[in-house]
Amino acid sequence: MARAISPQRKWLTTIAAWIVAIVIFFPVLWMVITSFKTEASAVAMPPQLFTASWTTENYADVWARSDYPRFFMNSVIIAVGSTLLGLAIAIPSAWAMAFVPGKRTKDLLMWMLSTKMMPAVAVMIPLVLAFQALGLFDTRIGLVLALMLMNLPIIIWMLYTYFKEIPAEILEAARMDGAGLWNEIVYVLTPMAIPGIASTMLLNVILAWNEAFWTITLTTTKAAPLSAFIASFSAPQGLFYAKLSAASTMAILPILILGWFSQKQLVRGLTFGAVK
Amino acid sequence: MSTHSTRLASRLMVAPSVLVLFVWMAVPLAMTLYFSFRFYRLLTPDRSGWVGINHYKWFLNAPEFWLAMGNTLALVGGVLLITVVLGTLIALLIDQPVKGQGALRILVIAPFFVMPPVAASIWENLFMHPQNGLFAALAQGLGMQPILFLEQYPMSSVIGITAWEWLPFATLILLTAMQSLSSEQLEAAEMDGASSFARFRYIILPHLTRAITVVILIETIFLLGIFGEIYTTTQGGPGSASTTLPYMIYKQAIIAKDIGRAAAGGIIAVILANIVAYFLMRGLGRNLDA
Repeated sequence: MARAISPQRKWLTTIAAWIVAIVIFFPVLWMVITSFKTEASAVAMPPQLFTASWTTENYADVWARSDYPRFFMNSVIIAVGSTLLGLAIAIPSAWAMAFVPGKRTKDLLMWMLSTKMMPAVAVMIPLVLAFQALGLFDTRIGLVLALMLMNLPIIIWMLYTYFKEIPAEILEAARMDGAGLWNEIVYVLTPMAIPGIASTMLLNVILAWNEAFWTITLTTTKAAPLSAFIASFSAPQGLFYAKLSAASTMAILPILILGWFSQKQLVRGLTFGAVK
Repeated sequence: MSTHSTRLASRLMVAPSVLVLFVWMAVPLAMTLYFSFRFYRLLTPDRSGWVGINHYKWFLNAPEFWLAMGNTLALVGGVLLITVVLGTLIALLIDQPVKGQGALRILVIAPFFVMPPVAASIWENLFMHPQNGLFAALAQGLGMQPILFLEQYPMSSVIGITAWEWLPFATLILLTAMQSLSSEQLEAAEMDGASSFARFRYIILPHLTRAITVVILIETIFLLGIFGEIYTTTQGGPGSASTTLPYMIYKQAIIAKDIGRAAAGGIIAVILANIVAYFLMRGLGRNLDA
C-alpha cells in the first residue's frame, strides 16, 4: 500500500509485528535451543539460556539409537510418492471439471471434500484388516496409496481452482489449430498450470510428511516414517528433554527447509488456490 | 465447446478419482457398519454373533458420549474462533508497511511445518510441564504456583496447541486476501473521514468473507478428526475430560479392545460428520464460487 505513513508509526508497527512473529515462532526456536543443551541444563530451573552448557551429543545419541536414515527415506518416498500419484489421477479430473463442467460438477467437488470429514479413527480397524489382507500393511506402497487417497480431494480442489483461472479461449485456439485432447493437456494446459501444480505439490508433500495417524497406524517397522520415529521418543518424564528436542528437530528440519526455500509457491499453495 | 466426445472424455477423466475415492470411503464404511452389529472383542475371540443395535444403545447412553460431543464441538469451535480472530489481527498488522516482511512471514508460517506429535510434545514438555516447563518457570518468577495445564485445563490446553498449529494457515489466507484489496478504496475512505474501525468494518471485513469461508471449511475438515494432539498430551484425560468423539472411539477399539462398540461409535461419528459437512457445504458453498 502506498499510503503516506509517518516514520514513527512505521517503526511501531514493525516492532509490534516482529514481537508477534517471534512469539509464534518461539516454540520451534526453544525446541532447537533445547536440543543443543545437556540433559541437566535442559531441565534446569530457572531455564538456562546464556548459562547453559552446550553440546551436540544429543544428535549423535539419537542418530546412534535409531535408524534415522531409514525413517527419513520412508518419509520422503511416502510424501513424494503419494503426491505424484495423486497428481497423476487428479490432473485429468480437475481438467475435466474446470473446462467441461456439468450440472453436478460442484456437488461432485463438495462430495470429494466431504469424504475427508470422515474421522480416520472411525474406520481404523477395517482399514488395518483390509491392508493386512491385501499385503499392504507396513509397506511403503500401502502408505503411498493411503496418503494419496487422503489428500486426493484437496489436490483435485486446488488444481480445479488453478485451472479455472486459465482462459478457455486459449484452449479453443489450440483446438482450432488441430491439437487433440491429449496434446492440449500436455502442451497447452500443463505449462500454463505449472505454478499451480507446483504449489499443489508442495503443500501436499507437507501434508503427507506431517500426517501422523495413518502413518503410525498402518506401519510397524519396515515402512515407518518420521512421525513414527518421533512417537518412539515421546514420554520422556523430564529426563530426556534434550534428546526429544533433537529428535523433533531432526523430524521437522527437512520440511522446514523445503518450506522456507519455496516460500512463494507455498504461500500460494497454503491458500489452497482459493484466495487471490 | 462441449461436443459429445469431449463430454465423454471428461467423464472418463473424472471417473478414476471418483472410483478410488468411493472405494476408499465405501469399503471401510461397509466393514464398520457390519462390525457395529456384531459381537467382536479381541479379548474373547471365540465368542461372536449378532447383537442388533446394542452397541449403538451403549454408545448413546454412555455419559462419556455427550462429554465427548461437547469436547469435539469445543475443539472445533474454539480453534476456529481463535485462528480467525487472531489471524485477522495478525494479518492486519503484517499488511502494514513493516520492515522485513518476508522474514516475518517465514517466522509466522513455521508452526505449519511442525508435525502434530512434535507440536504436542514441545508444548507438553518444554512449555506446559509443571516442573520443568517454561510456563512453570514464568509462574515461579512471578511468585505464583505453576498452572497444571494438562491436569486442570486439559481441553483448553489441547485447543491452545491446535490453534497454534493452525494459526499460520488462517493468517496467510487472510493476509493474501487483504493484499488484493485496492489501496485506493481505503485511501478514499480515509479522506472521507472514515475511522480505522469503520474502514475495517465496512471495507476490509466484507472483502475477507471468502477467505474466512475457506479457513472455516478447510480447518473444520481437519479439526473434526484431531487425534495426535490428544494422544500425545492428555490421552483423553484426566478421566474423560479431554476425550473427543474420535478419541472415545479409539479408546473403545484399542484400550477396551471392543471392535464392535468402536465400530458403532465410528458410524455415529460418520453420520455426525456428514451432518456437519452438509450444513457447511450448503452454507459456505455459495461463498465458494471458485
